[in-house]
Amino acid sequence: MSAAHRQVTVTVNGVRHQRRVEARLLLVDFLRHELALTGTHVGCEHGVCGACTVLYDGLPVRSCLLFAPQADGHEIVTVEGLAPGGGLHPLQEAFAATHALQCGFCTPGVLITMVAFLAETPEPDEAAVREALSGNLCRCTGYQHIVDGVLLAARRVAGMR
Amino acid sequence: MTTRYLGAPIARNEDRRLLTGRALFVDDVERPGMLHVAFLRSPHAHARLGAVDLSRVRERPGVVAAYAADDLGDYWKPSPLLVPPPPIEGTIFNQRTQVPLARGKVRHVGEPVAVVVAESRYIAEDALADIAVEYQPLPAVTDLERALAPDSALVHDDVPGNVAARVHQSKGDYDSARRGAALVLHRRFRYDRGSSAPIETRGVVADWDAKAERLTVWDTTQAPVVVRDGLAAMLGLSERQVRVVAPFIGGGFGPKIMMFYPEEVLLPWLAIRLDRPVKWIEDRAEHFFATTQERSQIHDAEIALARDGRILGIRDEFLHDGGAYDPYGLTVPLNSQCTLLGPYVVPAYDSRFTAIFTNLPIVTPYRGAGRQHGVFVIERLLDIAARELGLDRAEIRRRNFIAPDAFPYDNHIIYQDFAPLHYDSGDYGPVLDKAVDAIGYRAFIAEEQPQLRTEGRRVGIGVVFYVEGTGIGPYEGARIQVQGSGRVLLATGIGTQGQGHFTSFAQIVADQIGVAVSDIDVVTGDTDQFYWGVGTFASRGAVVAGNAAHAAAKQVRAKILRTAAAHFECAEADLLLADGQVAIMGVPQRNIALGALAALANS
Repeated sequence: MSAAHRQVTVTVNGVRHQRRVEARLLLVDFLRHELALTGTHVGCEHGVCGACTVLYDGLPVRSCLLFAPQADGHEIVTVEGLAPGGGLHPLQEAFAATHALQCGFCTPGVLITMVAFLAETPEPDEAAVREALSGNLCRCTGYQHIVDGVLLAARRVAGMR
Repeated sequence: MTTRYLGAPIARNEDRRLLTGRALFVDDVERPGMLHVAFLRSPHAHARLGAVDLSRVRERPGVVAAYAADDLGDYWKPSPLLVPPPPIEGTIFNQRTQVPLARGKVRHVGEPVAVVVAESRYIAEDALADIAVEYQPLPAVTDLERALAPDSALVHDDVPGNVAARVHQSKGDYDSARRGAALVLHRRFRYDRGSSAPIETRGVVADWDAKAERLTVWDTTQAPVVVRDGLAAMLGLSERQVRVVAPFIGGGFGPKIMMFYPEEVLLPWLAIRLDRPVKWIEDRAEHFFATTQERSQIHDAEIALARDGRILGIRDEFLHDGGAYDPYGLTVPLNSQCTLLGPYVVPAYDSRFTAIFTNLPIVTPYRGAGRQHGVFVIERLLDIAARELGLDRAEIRRRNFIAPDAFPYDNHIIYQDFAPLHYDSGDYGPVLDKAVDAIGYRAFIAEEQPQLRTEGRRVGIGVVFYVEGTGIGPYEGARIQVQGSGRVLLATGIGTQGQGHFTSFAQIVADQIGVAVSDIDVVTGDTDQFYWGVGTFASRGAVVAGNAAHAAAKQVRAKILRTAAAHFECAEADLLLADGQVAIMGVPQRNIALGALAALANS
């Protein structure tokens, strides 16, 4: 292969990985096909649909708009890392309780986006949830239940505090 | 039985996998030694296709193979017709189905011209730039009315006027209805094109095991059994040599029921020819051209009414944009034609349509499959008629409802499944009452809307009725096994795209077999797990496969009771099947777990 290669060291879901990759390899392809973390989905490949959203040092980013080398030295969390140990994150539990997913393809990106949102806005109102969700597309058109799920998770977490 | 599961709000069996990123979608499939496929697609809507030069691309490092139409030999043939024309007298239908790779002509942007197989997707996509293609662009047929003109370009050179089909259905005598009418309204309605755009695009992975002589195909299809049968026939394999898996699918919406897509035909062929697993995942840009679309129609519709708002007759003549090929027959325009009648008494109906070939992506059913176009026409006509006659929009609909004692009601035309359009039952008045109450229709019109107008806001409200023909046949099947562990397996042939089948089918079975929904493992869309089936479309999964699951569960229930009665040497009527065990009524300590009973039945 003639393309330039780069050494990448990245921590994903708490595990450190070191790989030599093509410089142009997208982060989402790196996660899915190099690390076999296929929970992060590819929907539009140009940052519109939100399905590939991952946490990058705690902030939600579109992994289809980053190259893998740009994650060098950074910490990534994918949907597989939301609840280590086989349990469910409160947001995942709330999604199951409110039927916030149908085909489930957009769900990982929605979860990651909403985890970051709730970290920043622990007690949101419905309008704020809808605004925060506006960058994630669901073609099963189940937005109402996604909103319900996010609000339920926020209430439950607030109740635990 | 202590709990009734069907209809109860319960947690979905599939959610844990989907929520934790552990559900298998087609692009998640990885095979050792897998190659990646990219398609060179026509940039022209319409062009003569000359030489396709693959000499440079084959030299590129990392490229394993490249093919154009002429390289496919006998494997190149037009796709089968999925739905034949309806048995309606006078119907004209010109069958022109899509091909694996274009030859002679390209007929829409995105039509595949060549295929490249490479060690990575990145290389395969880069390599497309190495292919030189001679195109001689032709005028594109994109306007439905101009397509019919004698001087129009022809999508298929041997189909004059670009007429894919003409169908005429009628009942009653529209002309005399019109003569006796107090009001006749004529309007033109246009319905525009759309793309289904599921968040998961299409994809195919094919893996040929040369030693086992078995082909496995993971496909984002809504109809794995039909794909299995078709591939076996095309490839000259036994159906038992082909396994098609539709794993979790990220939204179907109709276009994933279309077959056979060129990629679906070519990936298995490539896997066998190259003896390597191959993967193709559609990118989002490809999706807008390479996946089927729907919806453009132009209706010239006329309604004849009595002074009191009763419909005397409707005449509708519409043009239907079928795109470049017509593999799905006339399902979409027939749905428009039939669904227009809605819940109303229409004594005279005269409906003609012309389906037209255009240089646009192929049209096949997508979310509604043509039904809503017909609904749009009748409901707009009724709104306009209400305004002209000074009637309330809900009231004009009520006056036209089929009366509850008129069922079963014969509409005297043929539906898209070629059966007469009969409504088995209905009582629409109470539905209307409930709906207008629920949305506060009267208060909105009397108070809210005038108030909003004074604030400069023009906010409206609409009332629309819809009778939908769904749950179409011919059949589905289900297999149920009580396993030694006590867990129950339910397998059915249809695929799943988010409908919740892993739960809803389990609910049906749980009620019969007396186990918890979470103790039922549902398998869908794997032809090795269930051999027969048709597919998930036309809202038929719950109705047809759900009923198959119910029928199978009743038989298994009978078997359980028969086996347990023999075991306990008692009458079946004395047995209670619940909570995963069979017990003698009144003697709960005399019981046997279903798993133990299954083992017993097998000994």
